[in-house]
Amino acid sequence: MEKLINEFSFGLFFWQLLIFIGLIFLLKKYAWKPILNAVDERESSIKEALFSADKARKEMESLNEDNQRIIKEARAQKERLLKEARKTSSIIIEEAKQEAKITGDNLIKSAKKSIESEKRAAVQELKGQVADIAIQMAEKVLHSELENKDKQNELIERLLKETKL
Amino acid sequence: MLSMPRNRYFLSLVFILFGVFSTRAQDKKENSIKTGDTKLEIKEYINHHVLDSYDFDLLSYTKADKSKVYVGIPLPIILWDEGLVVFLSSNFNHGESLAQFGEKYYKLYHGKIYKTDSSGKISYDTKQHILNKAPLDFSITKGVASIIFVSIIMFVLFTNLANSYKKNGMIAKGLGRFFEPIVLYVRDEIAIPNIGIKYYKRYMSYLLTLFFFIWFCNMIGLTPLGLNVTGNIAVTFCLALLTFIITNVSGKKEYWKHIFWAPGVPLPMKFLLAPIELLGVLIKPFSLMIRLYANISAGHIVMMTLISMIFIFRNWAGSSMSFMLAFFISIIEILVALLQAYIFTILSALYFGFAVEEHDQ
Repeated sequence: MEKLINEFSFGLFFWQLLIFIGLIFLLKKYAWKPILNAVDERESSIKEALFSADKARKEMESLNEDNQRIIKEARAQKERLLKEARKTSSIIIEEAKQEAKITGDNLIKSAKKSIESEKRAAVQELKGQVADIAIQMAEKVLHSELENKDKQNELIERLLKETKL
Repeated sequence: MLSMPRNRYFLSLVFILFGVFSTRAQDKKENSIKTGDTKLEIKEYINHHVLDSYDFDLLSYTKADKSKVYVGIPLPIILWDEGLVVFLSSNFNHGESLAQFGEKYYKLYHGKIYKTDSSGKISYDTKQHILNKAPLDFSITKGVASIIFVSIIMFVLFTNLANSYKKNGMIAKGLGRFFEPIVLYVRDEIAIPNIGIKYYKRYMSYLLTLFFFIWFCNMIGLTPLGLNVTGNIAVTFCLALLTFIITNVSGKKEYWKHIFWAPGVPLPMKFLLAPIELLGVLIKPFSLMIRLYANISAGHIVMMTLISMIFIFRNWAGSSMSFMLAFFISIIEILVALLQAYIFTILSALYFGFAVEEHDQ
């Protein structure tokens, strides 16, 4: 202990105290504060970056989910639309068929009717013409038959015979 | 400056023992006397090394005519003796001559400066105490020069590190990059766990400066320059004193209450514990001081002893064994240099933690 006290040099203690305290304050101002601040800043920026990356990842995930959902929905809608379209088209075709049939039937009916009436008219006309021709022929026959007396008599006779009273 | 060889311990010892080698051929009796002289010389050399010195000696040797030759740098002597006295330490000529400053004469005697008359007489009282007046000594000794050197290194290194953040987009660059994880270690493993997240910031500058100062001083002590800063009681006393002052200045109500009126013990025990606790306040920094001093000076003494043993054995087996031992001890000393800095810092942080602790009641 005495040796230690003997060894103790006041001058060294004085300079050590002075220089060390000076060093603490100098380093505090020019080194430790900037270093620790920079490190803190860096740490917080890393934390922030990690956090935002995580957030972005989550956003991406939710976006993806959204996309998937939208695609699914779109597909379902497409399916539904197609089904509807198919149904509608078949209905339309059916209706068209029905209509065409009705129209055709009507047409046929009216055609038949007109054919019938035409036929009737034609027959009527034919009848008239035939009657005219027959009359003309009868006239001509009568005319020749009634040229002489014998023949007139003979005719009257035959007619009389034919005619039963 | 001279061109310096790598291992100055080695070379200085070679020079010290120059005469020893030259007498090897002589008879055994004389040889054993010489070995005794060598041991004495080594002991003196080691004792001289662990103390502070007024010169920055790199090596010394004895010439054939028994006069000692020192190679090194003289340092300024600053004294306060009814006025400022400044001269270079080379004036003492390693204690061999008086230094004159105006009308005043000074003598370097057993590592201390005394005021003498022009004849350089040192007078004693009956109990062998020196009667000469010792002036107040503020000399830039080897230790002070080392402290300044370490401070400059630290300042340049850490301001560089601090500036590199701005230049390099928040990422450390250069040599400081190596120290950034250590700065973070001091913050995350020493300061925050011991002091707590709430108060640690105000102690960071002290803890960081303390840690790196002790570490760097320990490390330059391991270089062959022959420096011994943290193995000096004045230096460790200063550091421990600062820890002591900071602890007690920042002591909160709870800290003092814990010392003088220990909670949770019966009343008579409170009276018994108060002086013990109060003593503990002093013992804590005292142990810091002694621990660092003892570890570092012991390391230096062991290292130098092992190196010196090479020259005591003077045969290939013993000397190479000493060399190997010295080599391994120096590797351990590198570890000790870091470990002691860590222990001093973590204990300081622990004491600050006690001082600012807040109990939830």
